[in-house]
Amino acid sequence: MSEPQVPDSQSAEPNLPEARPGTEPGSHTNLDPHVERYAARTAGMTASEIRALFAVASRPEVVSLAGGMPNLAALPLESLSQQMSELIAEDGLTALQYGSAHGVPALREQICEVMAMEGITGHPDDVVVTVGSQMALDMVTRLFCDPGDVVIAEGPSYVGALGSFAAYQAEVVHVAMDDDGLVPENLRSALAECEKAGKRVKFLYTIPNFHNPAGVTLAVDRRAEILEICRQYGVLVIEDNPYGLLAFDGQTYPALRSMDPDNVVYLGSFSKTFASGLRVGWVLAPHAVREKLVLASESATLCPPTLNQLVVSKYLTTHDWKGQIKTFRENYRERRDAMISSLEQYMPEGCSWTHPEGGFYVWLTVPEGVDAKAMLARAVTARVAYASGTGFYADGLGSRQMRLSYCYPTPERIREGVRRLAGVLESEMDLMRTFGSVTTRAVSGPQTPGPDTA
Amino acid sequence: MAERTVAVLAGGLSHERDVSLRSGRRLSVALRDAGLTVQEWDTDSSLIGRLREQRPDAAVVALHGGEGENGSVQTVLEMFGVPFVGTHSQGCRRAWDKPIAKALVSGAGFTTPDWFVLPHSTFRELGAQSVLDAMVERLGLPLILKPDQGGSALGAQVVRDATELPAAMVGCFAYGDTVLAERYIDGTEVAVTVVEGSDGPQALPAVEIVPENGVYDYTARYTAGLTDFFTPARLDDGVEKAVGELAVGAHRTLGLRDISRTDAIVAADGTVHFLEVNSSPGLTETSTVPMAFEAAGTSLGKVFDELIGRAAARGN
Repeated sequence: MSEPQVPDSQSAEPNLPEARPGTEPGSHTNLDPHVERYAARTAGMTASEIRALFAVASRPEVVSLAGGMPNLAALPLESLSQQMSELIAEDGLTALQYGSAHGVPALREQICEVMAMEGITGHPDDVVVTVGSQMALDMVTRLFCDPGDVVIAEGPSYVGALGSFAAYQAEVVHVAMDDDGLVPENLRSALAECEKAGKRVKFLYTIPNFHNPAGVTLAVDRRAEILEICRQYGVLVIEDNPYGLLAFDGQTYPALRSMDPDNVVYLGSFSKTFASGLRVGWVLAPHAVREKLVLASESATLCPPTLNQLVVSKYLTTHDWKGQIKTFRENYRERRDAMISSLEQYMPEGCSWTHPEGGFYVWLTVPEGVDAKAMLARAVTARVAYASGTGFYADGLGSRQMRLSYCYPTPERIREGVRRLAGVLESEMDLMRTFGSVTTRAVSGPQTPGPDTA
Repeated sequence: MAERTVAVLAGGLSHERDVSLRSGRRLSVALRDAGLTVQEWDTDSSLIGRLREQRPDAAVVALHGGEGENGSVQTVLEMFGVPFVGTHSQGCRRAWDKPIAKALVSGAGFTTPDWFVLPHSTFRELGAQSVLDAMVERLGLPLILKPDQGGSALGAQVVRDATELPAAMVGCFAYGDTVLAERYIDGTEVAVTVVEGSDGPQALPAVEIVPENGVYDYTARYTAGLTDFFTPARLDDGVEKAVGELAVGAHRTLGLRDISRTDAIVAADGTVHFLEVNSSPGLTETSTVPMAFEAAGTSLGKVFDELIGRAAARGN
């Protein structure tokens, strides 16, 4: 018997398995010696032909209406650069050191000021700074969901949240929306059905303002009712609000958290109001939940990056951040207008779309029988990309929908993209007239673009 | 001898851009390890300027699908007199169009599954259902639908029940205007790499492909762990020889150059069926060509270093 290979204790190299085991002549390999070891939660983590199609989206020939990258062009890079330099010069040894998992205290105070704009009275101690609100989603799901637990989410819902829920093997039950957001009656019946089926619902995950991907906003007069229903069924509310300050008319809406502090965990982010690459977000949670979040954060990342937190803190102190958000809003409004007017001009009969009053996205419904997922290849050939609706549902719905983002391209490019998309739709409808209404086979793996897609 | 400068062309705007970028990066690393100076170029509007100004000693086309495989990029390289590894533009056009390749290889005496090629307009004008019925009648079920051009199994689907046909057609036509419907052959799927050396084209050991879920689709191709590969394929000596002869035969018949990969099915009765040939085969971590190199006792860097030498020596 041969001796097991023992790594040289003097060597820094780990004892890695062979990169390509068993490809010598006469050999058998599946190219992954770890395939039997993966946890069940990795089931959906495969290569995806839909995801692969987004590789062309970054090329200038293609108008990408697929991604969700904020338009950062309006940021004051020169003064930010100076600020960064000062930060390192004056506070470098703090900025480059570990911090607490809770987050930098000064920033947590400033976060409370930001949240006050939407009616939230929060204590800085109840804020936990996270690596973007995506990390908050991950931690909240980790804290609350055992495999098989149910999460109620709008249908459609944010794909990153669905990814977190899948990672913890939670079951997602979607609740339909209308133009005023989540429909209270639908929520009530979904909860009643879950109760009847003996399912354990842990929380409602909701994006009340300028929904991603649906573009709608929860009507103010529905908010109290939604909270009441959740209380009645003993269900926590996770309020995800990255776009709340991006209303085109500058209006803000009362946060759910402001109406029920004890039963709402609130997620916020600087990704859309300042800089997405810094990955600074936060959770505001009731005291007991917050204590667990801090410990969960420690085990996940030890602490959010100190430097990035200090950058945000200094920016909020030294820059006219509200004026900057106003500039962002104006840019996005111009782009939204370009998208809506070109949809009106070019889209064939049978299409409908939402009219966002803020945020990044329009949700387009295509004529009955057209499969937006299958159509993506044709769109890429025509040099336009969108995100197929199926990626925003955990249950296979959404083949008649697509998310169109207007945040990144210029208004001229948006118009050109919508014009191309209309041509693609016409061709696909021609195909549908030939073969009838179809739903093409489900495909494996992610169906939406990665975060770095334009 | 002065160190060679090689331009690896990867990316492009085809549906297989992602695969091509993977192939290109892997090849570039292997060539650098072999001591070459490598530049990685996308095929965008800067390409012509780079070809004019930087004049690499040779180019390697690691593009998949579209312009990179249909002869377009090769034509540009020919116009600029840049030696390149791989098939010249005319051969690319023959291999790129699957029905043409099938017809030519079949004409050379090899077996290929029965097939029909139809554009969308035929279904529209004659009535889809009657054409689909006739297709099923002639080819039987299951059958396989593929776009007539393109790779990585994008848009391809095995249809086991006639009711699945319309949806499979729609999925296929999203990738192109013409569909290739082919009789499905149950058997052992193999990929055979052919490399040209001083003795002419030689078949390397066949790689046998056994996808976990039975279909070697995009996910099975590019997710490590979802497909079992046996190298060399578990074939009887006679069949192994026939598989190699088919690959070399297809390579010669279509007038391919330097390297190609032929995909084939060995039926239960030992008949070897030609499916398609790739003039710019994938070189990714999960691709079969690098497996064949290793089984042949060589490597990606070594093979392409030699091919680059040949390309530079022959000129354009």
